[in-house]
Amino acid sequence: MSVADSRTDLVSSGIDALQGVPVVVERGDEILFPDRSRWVATVTAFKQAGFVSCSDLCAVDYLSYPTRALPDGVTGERFEVVAQLLSHELRRHVRLRVQVPASDAVLPTLFYVYPGTENMEREAYDLFGITFTGHPDMTRILMPQDWEGHPLRKDYGVGRVPVQFKDAPGPR
Amino acid sequence: MTDDTTTPVADVPTSHDVADSGTEASPEIDITAALGAEGHAGFVVDDLFEAFDTLFEAETSEGDQELTVIDDTEAIELLIEQGAVLRVPEDSAGEAVLDPGLDDARFGDGETMIINLGPQHPSTHGVLRVMLELQGETVLRSKPVIGYLHTGMEKTAEELTYVQGATNVTRMDYLSPLNNELAWALAVEKLLGVEMPPRATWIRMLMSELNRISSHVMWAATNGMDLASTSMMIFGFREREMVLAFFEKTTGLRMNHNYIRPGGVAADLPDGWEDDVAAIIDTISGRLEEYDQLITGQPIFRARTEGVGIISAELALAMSATGPILRAAGVPWDLRKSMPYLAYEEVDFDVIVGTVGDTFDRYAVRMNEIRESIRIVRQVLEKMPPGDYRVQDKKITPPPRARIDESMEALIHHFKLYTRGFEPPEGEVYSAIESPRGELGCYIVSNGSNKPYRMHWRGPSFVNLQSVPALLRNSLLADTIAILSSVDPVLGEVDR
Repeated sequence: MSVADSRTDLVSSGIDALQGVPVVVERGDEILFPDRSRWVATVTAFKQAGFVSCSDLCAVDYLSYPTRALPDGVTGERFEVVAQLLSHELRRHVRLRVQVPASDAVLPTLFYVYPGTENMEREAYDLFGITFTGHPDMTRILMPQDWEGHPLRKDYGVGRVPVQFKDAPGPR
Repeated sequence: MTDDTTTPVADVPTSHDVADSGTEASPEIDITAALGAEGHAGFVVDDLFEAFDTLFEAETSEGDQELTVIDDTEAIELLIEQGAVLRVPEDSAGEAVLDPGLDDARFGDGETMIINLGPQHPSTHGVLRVMLELQGETVLRSKPVIGYLHTGMEKTAEELTYVQGATNVTRMDYLSPLNNELAWALAVEKLLGVEMPPRATWIRMLMSELNRISSHVMWAATNGMDLASTSMMIFGFREREMVLAFFEKTTGLRMNHNYIRPGGVAADLPDGWEDDVAAIIDTISGRLEEYDQLITGQPIFRARTEGVGIISAELALAMSATGPILRAAGVPWDLRKSMPYLAYEEVDFDVIVGTVGDTFDRYAVRMNEIRESIRIVRQVLEKMPPGDYRVQDKKITPPPRARIDESMEALIHHFKLYTRGFEPPEGEVYSAIESPRGELGCYIVSNGSNKPYRMHWRGPSFVNLQSVPALLRNSLLADTIAILSSVDPVLGEVDR
């Protein structure tokens, strides 16, 4: 168990700009659920509070798991973008989860707050089809650029190669 | 090359052209229609190529992965590539215009060319492809193009149980497989809420540190090869081999061990492990002195690395860089010290930092980290606690093999564990460790079933690659190899 796991105090309670953002503590991690309209503002508030680095940013497709636990006031949407911000001074991460609806899978980019999210947002775009507006280079990163679809979506089929056993009767 | 500089000198289709026309083309194109009225009768190879071109154009509407030529690049994009995002506030960024006094404006006179480095190049450590825009021998802009090794391991993880998951993640960063397994195991255990017995924790720490040593000497080897010191390459591989031999003795495999598993480790250390480990660290401590004689003070090596590829601490933090890149820039950030996991609080070691942030500092940080790892391993040798090497929870770890023959219950547990696995409670966790390359994070979403609903891997190599354009800027083409090597990317982890 790391030091951060044993903490119960909340960073966000001390930041004025974050009042009203739903927050939960799960397994020692502080998790905030900002609204999409407050996404960049929330992240910027954390940056000003000393969270100088964005460790990780990824997306989750909750298509087949809509019953996940969410705090009051947060309506679950199909996609979630999850960011882990890091404060070197406080020696801890905070996690931000923002809901992104499937009908309008768009989120403002964090590039101008944390330039280090460039690759991570490209990855989320590539694998989930979430567009980050304002990103300087919103292109596929892992898949070939002529690929169709976004493979980590839950409705994207897993490719299977049928196994042909020796002496088994053919398909006809 | 100089008469037509707007075309990238690339061995692949110039996809910015493809992408441009692709946005206009209709997505449905009949190949026979494209072949013309003659169809199959008048079969012309050129027509066929044209038809395929049209087909591919139609599919290519996602945008361009590659570096565009400078004349086609917008001013704001150029500014961002030069790191302007750190200086220009968000409000004014949209109005930025290219200052004619900037380097790139001066160079935008049609005298630059874009070349590919890789993906098939021995110094790219796998299949990294870097597009470089050159003015003479000076690199102006660069862009890593990745994905050649992408096998969808995060998607695969959703199809594997938590027990099987370790075999998946261990293949990502193939130079530090035990660290991958450790990140996975810690994340799953955080989800389960189980506490490890002390011996399991200390065995994990021993293996993780030995793996750090083997990864860093392997880096020293490839770095030596990139800088034309083939003796260093042989030496590095020789030292790594010693560690791998111990891993084989302990885990059964040289790589991709599946040794550190959720619930502990797969097996206890072999008899006489103390002697093996002592021999390894004694030998490598001596060999480090030899490295210093061979490399560290050598004028050619120093000339090629000192002052080359400098990154500031501020920029490294903004780019989310971790590991030796960040520490070489002078930021004492090591998760083992800063956010301790395992039993790192109980061992004594130092965090190595550089001062300048150049290629030589990154070399020095890694070499001294080997020494620190040796220090940790020595303390583990003294302090290794007795006891169990895994939790005695039969829902998480299998029963001993002998019990299966005697006990029906043990057989059932064994069968259930390896067919269905365990089912952690619902929730999501992020757990990070310090791998040889930086912060290695594992984010798992559990929906209460026996497989992770989503597994995301925060690979340090993937994130660190973002710093490459900043490191390469205004360096010489010959230094590019040294700089790329100093980033230490493992492409298996970059592409996953």
